[in-house]
Amino acid sequence: MFEGIMLGLETALSFQNLFLVIAGCLIGTLIGMLPGLGPMSIIAIMIPVAITLGDPAAALILLAGVYYGAIFGGSTSSILINAPGVAGTVATSFDGYPMARAGKAGKALTIAAVSSFSGGTIGAILLLGFAPALSSVALLFHSAEYFALMIVGLSAIAAFAGTGKVAKALIMTVMGLMLATVGESALFNAPRFTMGFQDLQSGFSFVTLAMALFALPEALFLVLDPKRGDTSGSNQAIKDLRITKEEAKKIAPVIARQSIQGFLIGVMPGAGATIASFLGYAVERNIAKGAEQEEFGKGSIKGLAAPEAANNAACTGSFVPLLTLGIPGSGTTAILLGALIALNVNPGPRLMIDNPSIFWAVIISMYIGNLVLLVLNLPMIPYIAKLLTIPRNYLIPFILFFTMIGAYIGQNNATELLILVGLGLAATVLRFADFPLAPLLIGFILGGMMENNFARAVNLTDGVSFMYERPMTLGLLIVGALLIIVPAYRKRAAKIRQAGVADGD
Amino acid sequence: MALDKWISVFFLVFSMIYGYSSYNYPLLPFELNMSFLPNTMPMVLSVLGILISCIILFSSKEEKPDGQGALDIDVKRLHEYKLGQAIFMIGAMLAYAVLLRPLGFIPSTIMFLVGCGWILGERKLHIMITAAVVGAVAIWYLVQEVLGIFLKPLPWFMG
Repeated sequence: MFEGIMLGLETALSFQNLFLVIAGCLIGTLIGMLPGLGPMSIIAIMIPVAITLGDPAAALILLAGVYYGAIFGGSTSSILINAPGVAGTVATSFDGYPMARAGKAGKALTIAAVSSFSGGTIGAILLLGFAPALSSVALLFHSAEYFALMIVGLSAIAAFAGTGKVAKALIMTVMGLMLATVGESALFNAPRFTMGFQDLQSGFSFVTLAMALFALPEALFLVLDPKRGDTSGSNQAIKDLRITKEEAKKIAPVIARQSIQGFLIGVMPGAGATIASFLGYAVERNIAKGAEQEEFGKGSIKGLAAPEAANNAACTGSFVPLLTLGIPGSGTTAILLGALIALNVNPGPRLMIDNPSIFWAVIISMYIGNLVLLVLNLPMIPYIAKLLTIPRNYLIPFILFFTMIGAYIGQNNATELLILVGLGLAATVLRFADFPLAPLLIGFILGGMMENNFARAVNLTDGVSFMYERPMTLGLLIVGALLIIVPAYRKRAAKIRQAGVADGD
Repeated sequence: MALDKWISVFFLVFSMIYGYSSYNYPLLPFELNMSFLPNTMPMVLSVLGILISCIILFSSKEEKPDGQGALDIDVKRLHEYKLGQAIFMIGAMLAYAVLLRPLGFIPSTIMFLVGCGWILGERKLHIMITAAVVGAVAIWYLVQEVLGIFLKPLPWFMG
């Protein structure tokens, strides 16, 4: 492991990769600050650039930097204008915005940055311990277990989708899996479901799908609802970035608790930065006593530190299943997985053995990324915040343009743009009806892998007997089924109780 | 009927068509003896799709999911939204997709950016055109010269 860390340090500290971390964090912060553009849209837009870099370690380092930067940028707009760019930073605005209104914007930003930094760093240290351990377990897995594991991952994503959304998340997952069957696959020689279109021969492009699902609907919503991109109120001066010793003492235990909790939530597939930040906020509010509890929601520094530490630690945690099992736990890591596959790297337990430089360089660059955010981005925030004053009439055309050109340069094919617009419109309608879109993308990315592992397991046992003959497979499949059944059952039970009908006991 | 019910009807029909075409998938002679066929997973998926869309379709009206404040988008407020602008923007995107190749990257991009700005209500054309020209040329330079991806810059009659 020590050799691996040294190798990772060497890769991460190369001039090119350092530059990429810094550039990624800056770009992420700049775009993440714009209301309505979340990390998924930004990473989707950055993928063509990352893929052209050619070096998988460099690409992943750039994208991870963009991811952190975007979360940090989202916190900035939550605090300054109460317009979270990312769902994961909504909880930040609860106390961050009241602080900014009380003229303590600089202090709020510093607390956010310090908490994010600590959360990210503690998360990265935990990742250092967790990932190799999980990798060594995962090496025991065969195709049957992989198939079962993907089922668990997909059902967890659906289960955490939120109240009343489980069925919707499931149907989106199935749709994603169906989209993945279009085109030629590695297993079979003939293309499937192309309806005779040459352009679908190699299936849907992952970059196009990612743009269509996240970047395009966001841009269209900005057009539809001018209030969504409202950045008025961002003109106040940001000064006094310092925090006092007492304040630091007050938030230190909060940061420590929430970093660990956030990390553990992030590791679970499906639960990401959003759940971690809301839960972190709720837990800290319940722990706080008397006057401190009263202060939550009115500009409490604890209430600001908790979600910030938790969401950054969760972001780091979500890399654990990606790097060790090759299974993304969230929409963002699904996009990263797609980018890695495009670069011919297969994340999974073998990654640490086959490509130690990629594995460790990514982990090391996470520390560096967090440091960059604290040292470089924080002092620049007063200037970066000027971006919020770009009028919407200029912003939206450029967002649409970047979305379209990102899909175009990957394939150099104008049909891709028509597919992009079509899928983007469908995604917008689905967003209106409250269908979650991340499960679709995760299903799409896992679809091919899932079918391959399923086919291998079926061929080995000449049937589906592996599902009950292999204890680990059976156990995982039961977990997957429980993840779907339990929330559905509890919702039903709650509804019956509400209706005043006796529920059996 | 609420929008999500309509969508579940669409998914139901889609899953049925998908299931039908996977059932009738033309298998090659040697494939008939294999234990895993190209249409095995599609058939499983279509059954799942039909089941889940029926669950959504026939489940009672669900409670409003936990709101996300400013990030919420609500179909009930559709009439308050700027639908016209959005439709024109989609038109502009389609036009861009069709014109990108024949007109070349730089002219079509400038037209797209200025057109979108105009649709959104920007009337200071001198600023918009300057921004569009600078943006289009800069991105073309970045993509073609720095990243090394070929992008035809000029219209067909200019080479």
